[in-house]
Amino acid sequence: MLGRTANGLYWMFRYIERAENIARLIDAGLRMSLTRSGATDGDWDGVLQSAGMQQAFLEEYEAVTDSDAIDFMLRSRNNPSSVMSCIEAARNNARMVRTALTRETWEATNEFWIELKQLLARKVRPQDMPSVIETIKRRAGLVRGAFHGTMLRNEIYNFSRIGTFIERADNTSRILDVKYYVLLPSVSHVGSSLDNIQWESILRSVSAHRAYGWVYDAVYNPANIADFLILNGQMPRSLHYCYDKIVSNLAYLEREYKQRLDAHDTAEATLKLLEKGSIKDVMDQGLHEFLEDFIGHNNRLGMQISEGYRFY
Amino acid sequence: MLNAGADPRPPYRSYHEWYAAQDPANLIAKSRDAENIFRKTGITFNVYGHEDQSEKLIPFDIIPRIISGREWRKLAQGIEQRVIALNAFLDDIYHKQEIIKAGRVPRALIEKNPTFLPEMIGMRPPGGVYTHIVGTDIVRTGEDQFYVLEDNARTPSGVSYMLENRETMMQMFPELFFANKVRPVEDYPYQLRQSLQELAPPGCKGKPRVAVLTPGIYNSAYYEHSFLADQMGVELVEGSDLRVIDGKVCMRTTLGYQAIDVLYRRVDDDFLDPLTFRPDSALGIPGIMDVYRAGNITIANAPGTGICDDKAIYSYMPEIVEFYTGRKAMLENVPTWRCSEESSLKYVLEHIDELVVKEVHGSGGYGMLVGPTATKKERLDFAEKLKAKPANYIAQPTLSLSTVPILVKNGVAPRHVDLRPYVLVSKTVKIIPGGLTRVALKEGSLVVNSSQGGGTKDTWVLED
Repeated sequence: MLGRTANGLYWMFRYIERAENIARLIDAGLRMSLTRSGATDGDWDGVLQSAGMQQAFLEEYEAVTDSDAIDFMLRSRNNPSSVMSCIEAARNNARMVRTALTRETWEATNEFWIELKQLLARKVRPQDMPSVIETIKRRAGLVRGAFHGTMLRNEIYNFSRIGTFIERADNTSRILDVKYYVLLPSVSHVGSSLDNIQWESILRSVSAHRAYGWVYDAVYNPANIADFLILNGQMPRSLHYCYDKIVSNLAYLEREYKQRLDAHDTAEATLKLLEKGSIKDVMDQGLHEFLEDFIGHNNRLGMQISEGYRFY
Repeated sequence: MLNAGADPRPPYRSYHEWYAAQDPANLIAKSRDAENIFRKTGITFNVYGHEDQSEKLIPFDIIPRIISGREWRKLAQGIEQRVIALNAFLDDIYHKQEIIKAGRVPRALIEKNPTFLPEMIGMRPPGGVYTHIVGTDIVRTGEDQFYVLEDNARTPSGVSYMLENRETMMQMFPELFFANKVRPVEDYPYQLRQSLQELAPPGCKGKPRVAVLTPGIYNSAYYEHSFLADQMGVELVEGSDLRVIDGKVCMRTTLGYQAIDVLYRRVDDDFLDPLTFRPDSALGIPGIMDVYRAGNITIANAPGTGICDDKAIYSYMPEIVEFYTGRKAMLENVPTWRCSEESSLKYVLEHIDELVVKEVHGSGGYGMLVGPTATKKERLDFAEKLKAKPANYIAQPTLSLSTVPILVKNGVAPRHVDLRPYVLVSKTVKIIPGGLTRVALKEGSLVVNSSQGGGTKDTWVLED
């Protein structure tokens, strides 16, 4: 396969993943504004931070208002990570690697872009927000479904999956890192409603508030939340799960190409850490320090993959 | 569709019967369905300089253009003769130049032509084939009366529309294909791959590796490039993927560099090799021309074939065909005045309101004047350009083109069309039965180019 094609697939799926995650963050933000009487714009400040867009936002706007923040995250052309920019970039990459995709996968991606362009042609009215978010999630699901249902399990599939999980691991770790302080035992006042809302919003940002109840308890507990998103191997957005998938897809490539790269060592070392570690170890190391380390390693892995497989 | 007596012409009889039984509203709805299929599939072309609508659909008309098998056979013979002559002409002008020595084509017209590549002198591509893929634009004026409008020997585009139009028609109107014996066009990608592989460099061992070279996703024909690569099952490469290593053109794969044997390039000559042609080209591959001259890669179409698309050269095609095939050209040229000749220029200026005047290197319907429909001012302005640089123009009469029906709001209406059949040249010449019918959607218009608001139709050649 062409190195450029591997690169295109990797980024196509990173962008689709990112778009979906941004939509989830907006959803969680909206939910917070709905459930809190007299919600403050400070909530949106936190959402922008979780999305890694706070700085870019403040370069364009003087203050954070909910409508500007939502618009920036959804539609802004100046924001390379807005949902619209992501889907545009995903589709451009899909066009570039068109020959590597099945017709179904390409069409699902193309239709995503077509529908979104119409939906986001103008600023979205508040009453239309739920249906817009719903459409984004549904369209991303259709791409995923077409991809899983029709693509050969070969190198094309592996590079696409690696892109998805590098991006997802990055997103989950950033969401946690922005909110890490509300998970620290020292500042938590058990059961305070403020904390409950913060915790729920973290879980909502990764669409895991229901699943949490099944796995742990009905009561939110910061260590359990951190455990769920970092170490739980069943939770599809946890760091552990992401690395499980990255490692297995890299292993396929290793077998297929009969070639082992630095990336294999890096990914396996990280996975081992997530498999063996306990949440107590993580908290002892310091949650923030742990996440910062993780984000750095995750970036390095991305670079090793693009070098090792000659993306450029 | 109809002849003088308002009866359907024989090839349209079965279709006409079907059409008469249709509900017009249903056909309009089907027509919208077709548009959705195209949009969903991403069958678009890019228009340069339009920020917002940078991707457009080419309008598709659901009424097929139908050609009888008998008429087609005659046409195909004429095209084959012409394509053989084109390849012989290219070989000659880059070698012995006998046609010039015989005084049949002026030397200056060849050697001063910007599309003539001195780098190709003495170079004979694998198999002696210069133009592998040809699209000959044809117009029909009456029963068995065809004229060649222009030759596209450089990089004819549009074949993906031929294939997608057929695909769409078969999806929407399967019953029509039971009732009519339509010759298939679907195996074009397979034939293309085969004919490209057949002309791999002689030193190539094993199965020749083919790739399609595209300028990238912002090129107006990118959809077609990716479509053809996908259908052929070969890599779609850009200049940045390629590099010359050890005398071979290689592509960068996830496992390192791999050699390519045949490159179907959709990048213009000028941009092919920054070391030989335009040094600022980022689309090409530095050194590919050396590999080519050393006989280690086949480039389709060969560099330097663009001279056949020159409209001044076109005016010599009857002589060219006769010179190389020893027989009169079976397909006629549209009578052409070369404005470089003084008496012709005088005639053209006097009759500018009856003529179509074209730039010799123009394409895509740009830079031309359609005399009968132009305003007085447009004609005057164009006459000035003509006088300033006469050799840059040719002129042709407007033919009384036959029309075919298209679907409009209240039924059908006649529109002018042309036809571009696609020809593959390897050790043999293969002509795909059908082609791209382009239709001028504006009433009375003669301009069929998609960049000027033209549309397309499925083209049926019947088995009879």
